[in-house]
Amino acid sequence: MALRIDKDHQRFRQIVKGRIRKDLRKFLSRGELLGKEGKRYVSIPVRGIEIPNFRYGDNKDTGVGQGDGKPGDQVGDGEGSGPGGEQEGRHVMEVDVSLEELADILGEELSLPRIQPKGKNRITAEKDRYSGIRQAGPESLRHFKRSFKRALRRQIITGLYNPEDPRIIIERRDKQYRSWKTVLSPQSNAVIVYMMDVSGSMGDEQKELVRLEAFWIDAWLRRNFRGIDSRYIVHDVRAAEVDRETFYHLREDGGTRISSAFRTAIELLDKHYHSDEWNIYLFHFSDGDNSSESDSRECCKMLREQLLAKINLFGYCQVASAYGSGNFINVVLEQLGKEANVITSRVNNKDDIYESIKTFFSKGI
Amino acid sequence: MPLPIRIQTLPRHLAEWVETIAGYARREGLDFYETIFEMLDYDQMSQVAAYGGFPQRYPHWRFGMEYEQLRKSQTYGLSKIYEMVINNDPCYAYLLSDNSLTDQKLVMAHVYGHCDFFKNNIWFAHTNRRMIDQMANHATRVRRHVERFGYEVVERFIDTCLSLEELIDPYSLFMKREPSRQVIKESEQQNKPDNDAVRYPAKPYMERYINPPSPKKTIDPEAAARARGHRIIPLKPLRDLLLFLLHQAPLADWQADILSIIREEAYYFAPQGQTKIMNEGWASYWHSTLMTRYILRDDEVITYADHHSGTMASSPGRLNPYKIGIELLRDIEYRWNTGRHGKEFDECKDMAARRKWNAGRTVPERVVGMDSPGRQKIFEVRRVHNDITFIDEFLTPEFVDRFKLYHYRADPTTGKMVIVNRNFDQIKQGLLVMLANHCRPYIYVVDGNYANRGELYLAHKHNGFDIDIRYAVETLKNLYNIWSRPVHLQAHIDNDMILFSFDGNQSQQQRINEKELPKPAHRIG
Repeated sequence: MALRIDKDHQRFRQIVKGRIRKDLRKFLSRGELLGKEGKRYVSIPVRGIEIPNFRYGDNKDTGVGQGDGKPGDQVGDGEGSGPGGEQEGRHVMEVDVSLEELADILGEELSLPRIQPKGKNRITAEKDRYSGIRQAGPESLRHFKRSFKRALRRQIITGLYNPEDPRIIIERRDKQYRSWKTVLSPQSNAVIVYMMDVSGSMGDEQKELVRLEAFWIDAWLRRNFRGIDSRYIVHDVRAAEVDRETFYHLREDGGTRISSAFRTAIELLDKHYHSDEWNIYLFHFSDGDNSSESDSRECCKMLREQLLAKINLFGYCQVASAYGSGNFINVVLEQLGKEANVITSRVNNKDDIYESIKTFFSKGI
Repeated sequence: MPLPIRIQTLPRHLAEWVETIAGYARREGLDFYETIFEMLDYDQMSQVAAYGGFPQRYPHWRFGMEYEQLRKSQTYGLSKIYEMVINNDPCYAYLLSDNSLTDQKLVMAHVYGHCDFFKNNIWFAHTNRRMIDQMANHATRVRRHVERFGYEVVERFIDTCLSLEELIDPYSLFMKREPSRQVIKESEQQNKPDNDAVRYPAKPYMERYINPPSPKKTIDPEAAARARGHRIIPLKPLRDLLLFLLHQAPLADWQADILSIIREEAYYFAPQGQTKIMNEGWASYWHSTLMTRYILRDDEVITYADHHSGTMASSPGRLNPYKIGIELLRDIEYRWNTGRHGKEFDECKDMAARRKWNAGRTVPERVVGMDSPGRQKIFEVRRVHNDITFIDEFLTPEFVDRFKLYHYRADPTTGKMVIVNRNFDQIKQGLLVMLANHCRPYIYVVDGNYANRGELYLAHKHNGFDIDIRYAVETLKNLYNIWSRPVHLQAHIDNDMILFSFDGNQSQQQRINEKELPKPAHRIG
């Protein structure tokens, strides 16, 4: 039911969104959001939404309480509710925002175009709608009105209908049942394949960057496609598909052969994700320290020959690391810089994520 | 299109209970305006609560924020609003539609306690008893301004006013107040004939056409203020900043209208803040008395006891106004029934003697219930006291001991709150400080023409606690938006006297000493 307060509520949400948009750069680079990610909502701390007034400061840390205890005992869980404690949520307020709203804010602020699903052979989903009528069916689906009308018509035609005593008897042949029709509705699906280098040179700091970047990539793509699959591949000199948890926490030592990851990705796509039916996004995160130049070239060859034609986008995100040459990005740019669906970005610290997301998605592919 | 709020009428059995309970309440001596109960569902209840109990308020996002928070905490089961009641004639009270019958009866009994308090407590004497209509009028007026000047302009101005809304003087209600700006304007306009215009004789109905009114002259605010005889420098430091601004600040008419709306509503709500403990205590005293004496059926006792104790529960470090209020009232009733009051009793420091007070004497005939001296006393208390005088007058060492009150303070080394002691004087002092001015700092208007430059000078009266600097600076910025000349606030911070200033571009803080204080400011501690 519409309430009078809905307008005020909408206005409040609008203000909150504006505030989030203003601070988006900060949110993009903050890990706190990820932990609070619920199923559909993210709880976001919003600052400065309250109205300032003259009030007592933090030094008002004394008061009167009620309960057991002797001098020196701690009160409650340390949160005093003396004169100062009655003020609600000092400075920061937590607001629930749905992931879609968040993605919309992201899209607006970064002026990201809507993604155009590629290809005509989009997958179609089947759905049953109860829109038809049949002569036979279960009693639970009997269409009473139609059945009654038929019975009435039959009785009038056969002269059995008596207006004085209008009793209608529905016979078996009169009965009509609802039935379903299968409707095909087009649906665009997408799969994101995240690949990450977990060799010794990728430390916790680098992984945190990847995690943040992946969160926002996920949020934006989810906004644009209805069903999204995420697959995760880790590699050092060998590659393997892993679950999300492992992806972010696994740590290996040793060298790096990036081509191994691409090989696994090709296998994965061939097996499960036909490019006619899926919008495919491939993201690779690494510090760019590949074992050999020739392997890097091999990667580019694989991309060009086996992947680029099938996928919407290959995004390569190179995170800064204390070790290694970080040369892979140069090879990719040199070999594939002209390809429309290859985009690279460098992320040296959390502040770069903002630009990185923008780079990846500003083409709308 | 928003539907009107009144959609669920009271079911018949509840309507009958309303009658019955009102009867019991009257029999016990409660005296209230007619009380109309309405049923609301969760969502509507959240709306009404966000609107401060009213079905309608002026448009502002803050109500939306309240609503979202209330609804959220209700959805998560963190809180539940059982009832709301508005101080109005007739009183309006709302029942939550899916409460059990026991709860509904409890709420009704509780509501009659509130209604009696609204009608009879002296601090509510000056509140508008047609506030429901008035709030709707305010909403209409603000909407009209929104239509003329735009949503965001008006909203920004309301934000500014709300930032200052607590800067009123609740005690001034008991003095003769100056007429508000609007009244002055209208009466001035009506009484003052246009002297400088040439007038032709005309019949009354032709007057407007033959002698058209001259176009309004632009009003120089200072000249207007002088003409009205208001002093821009108050004789004594003033607490009612909003009134001062209404008289002295260069406001457009719509701005003055909005500011006066905010001020009027602040005065309406002020007594509820001043009497939180008493009001809730009184209502709880009565729901408990009426429920246990008349209303409860055997099978409802457990539910009632559960919900009553839930409302009265206090968590460590938090004082529950319901609990303190009801127990203090019961304590007063008990003391007056057993003669534990008066000069001799108050001055007796021997706890043992106090405990055995009057033990040997004959017991008066009626010691409980109606017409007992204790009951008469608490009726008197509910008539004349507010929270501060209530605590000041009736808190006893026995009470503090029995209800295990303690005084706590942050431990300087760990920063954690720890119990300091159970000293009666300190606890009483602590409670009084907590209640003073609804736990907001006392801010005074000292000078409206500071340094002879038309700047506004405010002062904080320090009573042991510093004000929050960050908020003070932000609030000063809002004040500047209204005053439109530099604004200053003098406040004690860490034993230094600091002058906070905002001149429209930047804010600054400087240390000042006694001699620099403008004239009346030296009188503020």
